Amino acid sequence: MATSTGTLAAVARWRPRLATRRRNGRAFLVLCLAATAIGILSLLVLLGDTAMKGVPQLSWDFLTSYPSRSASRSGVLSAAVGTLYLALIVMAVAFPVGIATAVYLEEYARPGLLNRVVQTNIGNLAGVPSIIYGMLGLAVFVRAMSLQRSLLAGGLTIALLVLPIVIINAQEALRAVPSSLRHASLALGATRWETTWHHVLPAALPGILTGTILALSRAIGEAAPIILISSIAFIAFLPDGLLDSFTVLPIQIFIWVSKPQEEFHAIAASAILVLLALLLTLNAVAIFVRDRSRRSTQW
Amino acid sequence: MSGLIAIPTEADAPPVSIRVRERGAEGPSVERPAGREHVFEIERLSAWYGGAQALRDITLQIPRNRVTAIIGPSGCGKSTLIRCLDRMNDLIPTFRLSGRILYHGDDIYAPGSDAVALRRHIGMVFQKPNPFPKSIFDNVAFGPRVNGYTGDLRTLVEGALQRAALWDEVKDKLGTSGLALSGGQQQRLCIARALAVEPDVLLMDEPCSALDPIATYRIEELISDLAREYSIVIVTHNMQQASRVSDHTAFLLSGEERIGELVEFGATRDLFTTPRDERTEAYITGRFG
Repeated sequence: MATSTGTLAAVARWRPRLATRRRNGRAFLVLCLAATAIGILSLLVLLGDTAMKGVPQLSWDFLTSYPSRSASRSGVLSAAVGTLYLALIVMAVAFPVGIATAVYLEEYARPGLLNRVVQTNIGNLAGVPSIIYGMLGLAVFVRAMSLQRSLLAGGLTIALLVLPIVIINAQEALRAVPSSLRHASLALGATRWETTWHHVLPAALPGILTGTILALSRAIGEAAPIILISSIAFIAFLPDGLLDSFTVLPIQIFIWVSKPQEEFHAIAASAILVLLALLLTLNAVAIFVRDRSRRSTQW
Repeated sequence: MSGLIAIPTEADAPPVSIRVRERGAEGPSVERPAGREHVFEIERLSAWYGGAQALRDITLQIPRNRVTAIIGPSGCGKSTLIRCLDRMNDLIPTFRLSGRILYHGDDIYAPGSDAVALRRHIGMVFQKPNPFPKSIFDNVAFGPRVNGYTGDLRTLVEGALQRAALWDEVKDKLGTSGLALSGGQQQRLCIARALAVEPDVLLMDEPCSALDPIATYRIEELISDLAREYSIVIVTHNMQQASRVSDHTAFLLSGEERIGELVEFGATRDLFTTPRDERTEAYITGRFG
């Protein structure tokens, strides 16, 4: 050991304070654990409370009935189906547009003022309150494009809302693809497009899908913009087409919670559980697709 | 303590005698197609990354169907020079150059000249092996596929792997990932991939710098074999390697301003035995660099 050879004078110049440093390290660990616990515990309490209130009303009838004046006969069918359709529209719009934007910004655009302005704007858009998107959707889709208070107008609005999330995550994923992969492809005489399509996008797909999962969760949970877009009324039917009126689970929950009767609060909790189940199912699908794409790229 | 563990360096390479390739006038000149003597003619090439100049006034002719080595210390612009030849520097937005590079007499930087069409004829092997994260077969087949090869792909892939001296090692596992191979095998896969599009030139940017001495030796053997069919340009910081594999050598050096200049170019044998410039002599005798 080196220390045994050190002279007494050399040892005197060092004050390792090992005990203090170890104690500080432990204190920091406890602090971090406590912070983690706050998040997890409050989530568990919330889930437990909702489950206790909501589970008793959960039944096949609850899933297959329309809302009604009486809480005991109410169900979430129109809201659950509306949420599912909305999610599909959001994905159909935000996924291709978001990825194409990210590909342009990362693979084609030359760095410069324009690129920086666009980049800053996308970053800012991700932080704009969702109600603003609701107003934008109301003005542009509902009024100007006269889509009325339709499923399509709602879907497009939410697609705009989550677009920055998809773009930013896709950009991160594209940036993480090593440039040696691009060089290898370009050096073989492949075009930029072929390089992007055959090598860069497949390598970035898992990361892109992670962003999509985040975006989907956000889209399904949003109520504020939909309040402006959808007519908050009894929707006791399923949307037949893109231009039908619709409702979604967060709105249905909002409506039931605002009623004075206790029974409606209870079925609101049940609707929250349905929303959670739907969210987890959609995310599970996305995670499944992501893991498959990971395997097809033979890293 | 020291001496117990021998750290392998390039100096400990297997006992390959340092020899200068003998492939001059008596060499096989039958494959040499009629036409121009030089595959590349570089005329007064200067290059910049943003405001920083990387190369100054390089004039150099790269002979056809020969191995040309570019040597010099780190940062002298060797990689910049070789990347000018297939316009890979185009990918760096701040890059610009002046002067001309003629490929079979055509200015590759002329307006309207197509980098994609050019790269199809000029294969490149990089410093670090960079197989695609796909199967061995798909690694080799990608180039022919995008370039519209109409013949039998299996035969072509097999031929490319054979020329890269990799076929025997991988013929039973063409479906496994290229990244599952060892470093040296990966680099030979990258060479096979480049050969599969039937290029005219092979550019190699320090192809052995990430490999162990045995793998290096195999790549060098391969280069000697390939030199009969292709014009090869190899960048290396290893002078023994340059003397072993090349017919001609260009020595680049950057001075105080870090701008690479061509100090000397000539037949490898002459450059290593009777250098004309004292800086070349100082470098090859290991007095700096």
